[in-house]
Amino acid sequence: MRGNNWKDYQKQIADDRFYYGRSCIRQNFFPGSEKAFINILQRDLGKDLFDDPKHSSCTGIGYHADVVPLETTMTVVARQFSLMNEAGYENFTTSCITSFGIYTEMLATWKEFPETLERTRENLYKATGREFEVPKCMSHTSDVVFHFRDQIAAKAKHRLINAATGEPLRVVEHIGCHYAKIFPKAGVGGSEFPYVLAGMVESWGGECVDYPERRHCCGFGFRNYLVQANRGYSIANSQKKLESMAPYKPDFIVANCPGCSMFLDKWQYTIAEMEGTTYGQNGHGIPVLTYEEMAGLVLGYDPWELGMQMHQVDVEPLLDKMGIDYDPSAKYLGRNGRYIGKPQSAVVNAGKTVYDIRE
Amino acid sequence: MAINFGFAISKPRAIDIDRNNLRKSDEILREMPELQTCIGCGACTASCTAGQFTDFNFRRMHTLVRRGEYQGIYEEMNKCMLCGKCRLVCPRGINTRGVVMLIKRKLGDF
Amino acid sequence: MKRVVVIGGGVAGMQTALRLSEQGVQPVIIEKEAELGGKLRGWHVLFPSFTPADEVLGELKQRVRQAGVEVMLSTEVGEFSSNEVKLTDGRRMACDSVVVSTGFTLFDARIKEEYGYGIYDNVYTTVDIERMFNEGRVAKADGTAPKRIAFLHCVGSRDEKVGQKHCSRVCCITGVKQAMEMKKRFPEADVFNFYMDIRMFGPGYEEMYREAQVRYNIHFVRGRISEAAPTIDGRLQIKAEDTLTGRPLHMSVDMLVLIVGMRANDDNAALAASAGLNLAPSGFLEPKNLFLDNVKSNVEGIFYAGTVSSPKNIGESLNEAVAAADAAAKYVEE
Repeated sequence: MRGNNWKDYQKQIADDRFYYGRSCIRQNFFPGSEKAFINILQRDLGKDLFDDPKHSSCTGIGYHADVVPLETTMTVVARQFSLMNEAGYENFTTSCITSFGIYTEMLATWKEFPETLERTRENLYKATGREFEVPKCMSHTSDVVFHFRDQIAAKAKHRLINAATGEPLRVVEHIGCHYAKIFPKAGVGGSEFPYVLAGMVESWGGECVDYPERRHCCGFGFRNYLVQANRGYSIANSQKKLESMAPYKPDFIVANCPGCSMFLDKWQYTIAEMEGTTYGQNGHGIPVLTYEEMAGLVLGYDPWELGMQMHQVDVEPLLDKMGIDYDPSAKYLGRNGRYIGKPQSAVVNAGKTVYDIRE
Repeated sequence: MAINFGFAISKPRAIDIDRNNLRKSDEILREMPELQTCIGCGACTASCTAGQFTDFNFRRMHTLVRRGEYQGIYEEMNKCMLCGKCRLVCPRGINTRGVVMLIKRKLGDF
Repeated sequence: MKRVVVIGGGVAGMQTALRLSEQGVQPVIIEKEAELGGKLRGWHVLFPSFTPADEVLGELKQRVRQAGVEVMLSTEVGEFSSNEVKLTDGRRMACDSVVVSTGFTLFDARIKEEYGYGIYDNVYTTVDIERMFNEGRVAKADGTAPKRIAFLHCVGSRDEKVGQKHCSRVCCITGVKQAMEMKKRFPEADVFNFYMDIRMFGPGYEEMYREAQVRYNIHFVRGRISEAAPTIDGRLQIKAEDTLTGRPLHMSVDMLVLIVGMRANDDNAALAASAGLNLAPSGFLEPKNLFLDNVKSNVEGIFYAGTVSSPKNIGESLNEAVAAADAAAKYVEE
């Protein structure tokens, strides 16, 4: 990423003792990523991170789809903070960009309109008998990984380079809209030149691609995707991005938002089925990683332990490029070693699944 | 065989100047350079006989032509009744009726 | 002989000093740069007549020299009142009145991050273009000739996001002027001006705009560019709405020129605080009133000339300087 504009936007990110807020989408689509985050923080970096089974959805999808009213969202958010207080933590870190946007928005609203904070306290007390204090530090989990990027680089087993040529991998970084487009100052680097993922990529040896539609939304939206009839323009936005980045021949895409990671990956399949177009090399799709998966690969985690078999676009070409040693036959073996089933081959994977454990 | 997902990928509706060919529009403007002086006031459309009862919008149509968007413009221009009121109200003195005829002549193919 | 300190030696300051001399008052120009001329230095030609800026500035400097006006260059004012000016080097100067003609500060285009000024090649400001005209070499960063050029009006003007609510007035015509000059240099190039409103307030301006449309075939698109991004071949992709057709519009360009506006001078707040002057919400110094006392400040014996009080063109600044000098001369006589 060129220029130093991002340095104008610095945010406070705690050094230790995090209360972890999970993401609804990611627990279902990228469960390995959330687990990897916990492992990286606790095992690799020796940090205190509390994964609380009591916390709930932030209501984000319902809120943005107009089925959950603002007051309810505020009260639910207040309950998460109360749980954090109860557990003895002050630094909230959430795995979801929608949640991050929700928390940031609620905190800003309470600050701007103190009467809404009072009403929320009242609502929470009436509903649950709980009281709460706002966190000292609110961060997205990608902020936390960004914060520790140099420690991770120091422990790296692999770097984001082409093992055969030594060239840096070309990475498309995609930032979820609600990370910094609502509150630019809440994001590392602001909204126009966000540095949160670019900083990781650069620290770990890769090279970011600045393509024309870099800032464009993936098209997920909320009601826009939830209503089938609206999906046409949801997917068209992802397609616009894919078309814009394809000439740069990126080795992979990394996103920090659950929706973006999911749609940039899965829409590639849909577009391939509908129009026969693929955007990667040799008829493949472009692999889409979460930043935890990217950090995990750098730290030498097994790709299947990271849950990368859940991807629509096969990640094997990328693993090969990075010189990562993995067991193809273990791809579809679950944690207990049992075969978990294999998806049908898809056009984004060059019409055949290259690594078929039954062959 | 394509799978039916129950929706179609939306087509871009942005005017793409990289893709559009402005040379046809240049030709029109060379013949009637005054068209360039349009300041978008909309008096032509306000007074338009056809525009009162159809979606014909002369201001919008000639602006599209100037951006290289020619598709369907000839048919649109056919909605003009050539009454000439727009020419009377144009503050820039553009021969609007002449523009209609010129665009029809140049874009007959589109 | 009564002495009036003129703070700032741009066109307004020089004209003020000349008029004061004519009125039999002794002016002293204090200029913080090493040379007189202010923002007009580095400008190429002036709208709407394409008069070389050097011609105007050279003549004005010549008159200042001939009138024997005392000029203190590379000198900065720290604090002042109507009867004493303290310089930052510690010297104190007694005087009978002060005319403030410190001018404006140019809007820093880097603040509008979405246009990538200072980050991407081939994003320029109007000031850069004027400098390139002066240097006689206008080209893309790689030295080649541009085939498509976009000008964006109102960068740092009428933009509440960057705290600049006011219209800078002269940038519309500057954009039209530079678009015409570009077309003269690169007749084959397509030139697009993206605007929110075109405000042609001066004599000959509207005619010039019309000429740009008819004779130069410059495309005026009513819509504000929302962002610029680099393309794979080193050009820039820009997005706007063509509001007159109601459709988004995008294109790649070889050069993007940001037409930067005038901000209140960065020094205004400190100057105002030291002398007890009123600041307008825009940060410009506020005249006593906008009609019969529009060159007077709220403090007796302190006067304003030029863009220190609001955006103005050269002609207006020169006229206002005469009015300010006359008001100051009248004040010191009384």
